[in-house]
Amino acid sequence: MSIRRYALAALASAVFAGSAVAKDFTLLNVSYDPTRELYQDYNAEFISYWKKSHPGDTVKINQSHGGSGKQGRSVIDGSPADVVTLALAGDIDEIAKLGKTLPADWQTKLPDASTPYTSTIVFLVRKGNPKGIHDWADLIKDGVSVITPNPKTSGGARWNFLAAYGYGLKSNGGDEAKAKEYIGKLFKHVPVLDTGARGSTITFVNNGQGDVLLAWENEAFLALKEGGGADKFDIVVPSLSILAEPPVAVVEKNAEKHGTTEIATEYLKHLYSKEGQEIAAKNFYRPRDAEVAAKYEKQFPKLNLLTIDKDFGGWKSAQPKFFDDGGVFDQIYIPQ
Amino acid sequence: MSRRISPVIPGFGLTLGYTLVYLSLIVLIPLAVMFIHASQLSAAQFWNIVTAPRVLAALRLSFGTAFFAAIINGVIGTLLAWVLVRYTFPGRKIIDAMIDLPFALPTAVAGIALTALYTPTGFIGQFAADMGIKIAYSPFGITLALTFVTLPFVVRTVQPVLADIPREVEEAAACLGAKPLQVFRHILVPALLPAWLTGFALAFARGVGEYGSVIFIAGNMPMKTEILPLLIMVKLDQYDYTGATAIGVMMLLVSFVLLLLINLLQRRIETPN
Repeated sequence: MSIRRYALAALASAVFAGSAVAKDFTLLNVSYDPTRELYQDYNAEFISYWKKSHPGDTVKINQSHGGSGKQGRSVIDGSPADVVTLALAGDIDEIAKLGKTLPADWQTKLPDASTPYTSTIVFLVRKGNPKGIHDWADLIKDGVSVITPNPKTSGGARWNFLAAYGYGLKSNGGDEAKAKEYIGKLFKHVPVLDTGARGSTITFVNNGQGDVLLAWENEAFLALKEGGGADKFDIVVPSLSILAEPPVAVVEKNAEKHGTTEIATEYLKHLYSKEGQEIAAKNFYRPRDAEVAAKYEKQFPKLNLLTIDKDFGGWKSAQPKFFDDGGVFDQIYIPQ
Repeated sequence: MSRRISPVIPGFGLTLGYTLVYLSLIVLIPLAVMFIHASQLSAAQFWNIVTAPRVLAALRLSFGTAFFAAIINGVIGTLLAWVLVRYTFPGRKIIDAMIDLPFALPTAVAGIALTALYTPTGFIGQFAADMGIKIAYSPFGITLALTFVTLPFVVRTVQPVLADIPREVEEAAACLGAKPLQVFRHILVPALLPAWLTGFALAFARGVGEYGSVIFIAGNMPMKTEILPLLIMVKLDQYDYTGATAIGVMMLLVSFVLLLLINLLQRRIETPN
């Protein structure tokens, strides 16, 4: 721990303590499904960080979790969220478009396209990998059953879908028809479509369904960590996956109304600090900070990652093409 | 000037006023808002949404499974009511109280419990799987969940009517030479049928709209095990508010027509001429 930072904090509190009036803050962080544990840890860290410079304040942070689309909609419909930390930029875009509680250029407000941590999509398989699943091609072998949530309702499932589609493209030299054929075959192997990532994890882990779970890397690590999961499951890293970028934003109109703009902004900015990045890494999110990333290098396997912006033209073009009504996902199920 | 006949409960104006305000706030205004929202669509757009193959598949599934669940409870529920009314045995009061449990239990809890039991690896589901029957993640599982949540309706509507039929009537019929089947057909069925139909209609309507318990056991596969309420949720999660209300309106209309038919049927039974 650096002494200099403590000295700075002490100085800052000395300067502000005289003038600042103690305030009570309650923040609502509306987040997506698998970030429960991350934000429980982070909230404790942030509260102690804030109190260093604002010793008189009381800060309470409430969390809300669910499928990313559902969470986005609750904010549009008037949930008093001060900050949103959702699974993909597309959902925050919708809040900007339909709810008009934050500006359209929200993603430029914080570094790294407002994404303080990233993740990717990996496979979780039964211990010893009895079906011999090593890459995307193995998922469409006979007798393999795949668990993934519904991409219409789950942000994580959209990353799953795009990673699989990306594999379909790369392995067929960019042939879209072949990629669609691959993804169609893949979803023939999916027996259940839960509405959120956590629901799929429960289906796979607790209800014992399926041979492989397509999961957020952090969710897969968590499944290993909890309840003796390491004895029951293995993580398989495919040859190719996607860089999942879950962004964060202050819901400006709400924060203004609540008088929480300053603390809400600081709440998100602190995610980029060394402490915030450490907590992200400990909760199995890939940190942006190079130093912290180097420290946790062993935890996160290196693999080829597609990105939503370079390989799929951003969410603004991927969402309608793949997931809107009549898109690639619908075409799998509805006879043309 | 004719004198007003004063009703049993005084204050007609006041009571009707309360009734209308209450109905408006609780039922009419929310439903009207839905219709207003859906009216942003042209007739052709509305038709396109509600006749999309995925919506039609969900419509068949929702109404079909709700119908079967109501039929199952119609038979088993009548039997339960019969046992509870006509016999006294130790533990009858406890069983009687248990009938209402599906109402008290959060439906999500019921759904999770049923799913855990009936998945192909679950406690009961494994035996079904051995016989090649898939319960969870199939329409069968949906019917099962609906049967659970709608169990109380038929029992609770038939029970009081059955209790009011004096046993003497059956005995008299038997004395006059009616065989048991004839007593059932000519004495019990006509007396019970209106109440039974009410219970059936309630169970059916509840089953069509049920979400919480079904969502866990259904599997939620488009075209196969996706129920209409889920489709509405899916549309909402895609920020397609008008599409969701269009399906909602369609569900409401279909349910209304079916309930109206059941009511008419009931009236015909009650006044045979």
